[in-house]
Amino acid sequence: MYDVAIIGGGVVGGMLARTLSSYKLKICILEKENDVAMGASKANSAIVHAGFDAEPGTIKAKLNVKGSEMMEQTAKELGVKYKKNGSLVVGFSDEDKKKIEELYDRGVKNGVRELSILDSEELHTLEPNVSPDAVCALNAPTGAIVCPYELTIAAIGNAMDNGADLKVNFEVSKINKVGAGFEMVSSNSDKVNAAYVVNAAGIYADAVAAMVCETDIHIHPRRGEYVLLDKTSGKVVSHTVFRTPSAMGKGILVTPTVDGNLLLGPTAEEIEDKNDTATTADGLSTVLIRCTETTTGINLRDTITSFCGLRAVGNTGDFIINSTEEHFINAAGIESPGLSASPAIAEYITEMLKDMGLELIKKEDFNPIRKPAHHFREASVAEKNRMIAKNRAYGRIICRCEGVSEGEIRDAIRTNPPARDLDGVKRRTRAQMGRCQGGFCMPYITEILSEELGVSYDSITKNGGSSKLMTGKTKEDCEI
Amino acid sequence: MAIRELTCIICPKGCALKVEIDENGKVLGVAGNTCKRGAEYAENECTNPMRTVTSTMRCSDGSVIPVKTVTPIPKADIYECMNLINKGVVTLPVHIGDIVIADVFGSNIVVTENRK
Amino acid sequence: MTELVIIGGGPAGMSAALAAYENGIRDILILERDERLGGILQQCIHNGFGLHRFGEELTGPEYAWRYEERVRELGIPVKLNTMVLDISVDKVITATNPTDGIFQIQAKAVILAMGCRERSRGALNIAGTRPAGVYSAGTAQKLVNMKGFMPGKKVVILGSGDIGLIMARRMSLEGAEVKAVCELMPYSGGLARNIEQCLNDFNIPLLLSHTVVKIHGKKRVEGVTIAKVDEKGKLIKETMQFIECDTLLLSVGLIPENELTKSAGIDINQITNGADVTQSRETSVPGVFACGNVLHVHDLVDYVSEEAEIAGKNAALYIKGELKNDVDIPIETDGKIRYSVPQRITQKKDTKVFFRVANVYENAEIKVYSGNEVIFKTRKPKVAPGEMQCITLKEDQLKNAKKLKIGLEVL
Repeated sequence: MYDVAIIGGGVVGGMLARTLSSYKLKICILEKENDVAMGASKANSAIVHAGFDAEPGTIKAKLNVKGSEMMEQTAKELGVKYKKNGSLVVGFSDEDKKKIEELYDRGVKNGVRELSILDSEELHTLEPNVSPDAVCALNAPTGAIVCPYELTIAAIGNAMDNGADLKVNFEVSKINKVGAGFEMVSSNSDKVNAAYVVNAAGIYADAVAAMVCETDIHIHPRRGEYVLLDKTSGKVVSHTVFRTPSAMGKGILVTPTVDGNLLLGPTAEEIEDKNDTATTADGLSTVLIRCTETTTGINLRDTITSFCGLRAVGNTGDFIINSTEEHFINAAGIESPGLSASPAIAEYITEMLKDMGLELIKKEDFNPIRKPAHHFREASVAEKNRMIAKNRAYGRIICRCEGVSEGEIRDAIRTNPPARDLDGVKRRTRAQMGRCQGGFCMPYITEILSEELGVSYDSITKNGGSSKLMTGKTKEDCEI
Repeated sequence: MAIRELTCIICPKGCALKVEIDENGKVLGVAGNTCKRGAEYAENECTNPMRTVTSTMRCSDGSVIPVKTVTPIPKADIYECMNLINKGVVTLPVHIGDIVIADVFGSNIVVTENRK
Repeated sequence: MTELVIIGGGPAGMSAALAAYENGIRDILILERDERLGGILQQCIHNGFGLHRFGEELTGPEYAWRYEERVRELGIPVKLNTMVLDISVDKVITATNPTDGIFQIQAKAVILAMGCRERSRGALNIAGTRPAGVYSAGTAQKLVNMKGFMPGKKVVILGSGDIGLIMARRMSLEGAEVKAVCELMPYSGGLARNIEQCLNDFNIPLLLSHTVVKIHGKKRVEGVTIAKVDEKGKLIKETMQFIECDTLLLSVGLIPENELTKSAGIDINQITNGADVTQSRETSVPGVFACGNVLHVHDLVDYVSEEAEIAGKNAALYIKGELKNDVDIPIETDGKIRYSVPQRITQKKDTKVFFRVANVYENAEIKVYSGNEVIFKTRKPKVAPGEMQCITLKEDQLKNAKKLKIGLEVL
């Protein structure tokens, strides 16, 4: 019997688990996939929004600004790369200028600090590759970038280091009320009981909410397609560059990532199918054409991959954080700026749980610090050599594009939450994320996974379930 | 009489060959080749096509090792040859050229790598 | 200080080392990232290597062994499992391996022989899902030939480069069904012999002017949508068709692996993606040479060895202070000829010039101009981008040359 079960191992569930793990509570995260951060938390714009976008007075606005302010410290504690690179909303016309002034006012109302409006000259001095046609920009120096899946993995890892449990491949298919608490039944008929439940099931939050009682929560997926460019293009801009939102839509943003790549996207397409994370030819060409609206000097030959994420869009226009049943909280419709707001959402829900009667007693031995996943990469040469002398695996490079060693890959499989598949290793170490996209290192990583997990080479998957990399051995006729 | 068009596989040049064949399948002449071996290839290809088979075999330690037929075998026997290769087990150690299956369609299967 | 450091222990690195040794250099070190020498040849278990060099059809591992055996006999030092992290402009090499940790070597001369990598799915922007079962052909080759595992049973191959063709046959021999090879261009990028013996022998259709437009399947590939393209490369929507398969192999081009070259501040050629070199295979940084697939992608390993010997010999001359450049004659190409290697001639002596054409041309005349004067010409019945061409310019033809241009005319 857990005190709190969190359904969904995304950034919202992860941040909440971490916050709750600082109290004397038994916590469990239930994740339907083979790894955490498998939904919107792995495929989004990776932006910590300053908070000028949300409608003043909404819970979204309040939690965005607060979360954005908490993020730097949170990322530091979790050893996650974070960079306050600043955001620019670029305008091209008088109409845009008016809109930018509105955003400025809205930002000020929401409590965003350091906002200013730049003229063309100031803008181009700050960011020379912004289109010469741009006439003004909203400058938000508190805007930042962070790696969303790294943040989620680190938050859940830190929660686990502080005693939380993680159950992967646990797809909640039914929730029974048992006394004052709940029993979650998985599609494999496994069961978990908890006194309090938080529904952070992302795109499926409406379905999970409906397992407990009838609600009017409705979530639909908004498809966003992205293109990622090689690090050789990572310095085209230093700020996150948005186009002024207009009747034509929000435009395609151009931003460096914390790892030094350049990210373009997203499209925004309202769809029905919650499984449809396929990229489309139209979507990708939209990204590639429209990114040039704000920014010059993008070399599309540097493309290394494209991907698609589904944003969980609610039916109220605001985050839906409520309780539809006693001891049951929904965190639904956490679309953008959900990543930015996540540390604040965690505090907000913790308060709600307290108000519902959950007893919160601080753990004396709570450790908010997680050793950075990239501790080896960022060490000095002397420190690296000390580490290699102790563990030779750090000296053997497996992923040559990103320079990831065998030691770092083994760490990723041994550290909370452990990587259990190829994509899991990728998100934790960056191995396979470079320009060759795993062409060279994939057979080696598969071997390391098979050794560490103690399973056969051909049972290793790309991302769990039926995503096996191999269909079997050659020469199966041969009998040794 | 018929003309058969072939691509020579003897060397990377890949000459386009034209082979004149009579109604009994006898080769009357070859054109398009730039060397003597090309003419031989064309004639064989129309009467008894031959191929070198390269593959791998399982070793006693579970790994795989590359092997080949040391000379070409009849093209029609490739899959039968693969069956033999797939059933066999190579006992280590081996050196390049060691015969691991003898007398396979007029050739031998040899390893093409050293393994301790 | 090490006189000669060679980065890469594949066919190029080994040939270069042997040539340097034969030209009197003893203080040589080969740095190889894999656990053994031979590079990509170790997974190329098919035959067809060495016809020019040895007059025999060797397999990749056999060809590699001929050089490795010699490297061992001569006692040329090799560090395996060693990854070079950086080369500085002044030839300080930083590398790492499990036994030495991260270490630096000051080299007098460096030979770059890092080979190339395959273009990935991401670079193509193929739409659709991102399931297991999409591999580059070389990755599949490694899985099948070295690890002994099947990447799939029902296969579609995109790209008709040689590795793709070889893998079509290899997968067929191992019991997989290869449903089609799609090639975006109206001609194949691979050798004609490989189309014959790898596709035709196994009744595998080669669909020219076709591409994969979408990948299907959530967790594992369930199929691909392919379509024909018109002369301009534009998709013909009506021709879209679904092919059920569990695997998509990509053989869509090779890219020289030049990240280290760039870190050393060496000039890179925009077309080859390799360094610009003189006929000694010396790059824009004196004492740094390049050869093999890191310089430009070759279709025959025999030519890689030949080129590496040039680099090895000239690195030896450089170390001994005997490498003299007396002229600087740049070689331009006309577009129908995509590029040449070398890109400049710095010594007036007989020089082999390698090049590739941009398209398939029949009955073509290749001409080399010095100003308006044609100093060399030759006719070819057929040339294709997949086949590297070679001409030899004689010393006396270069006599008055200041600047050369290679052009192609269809007769």
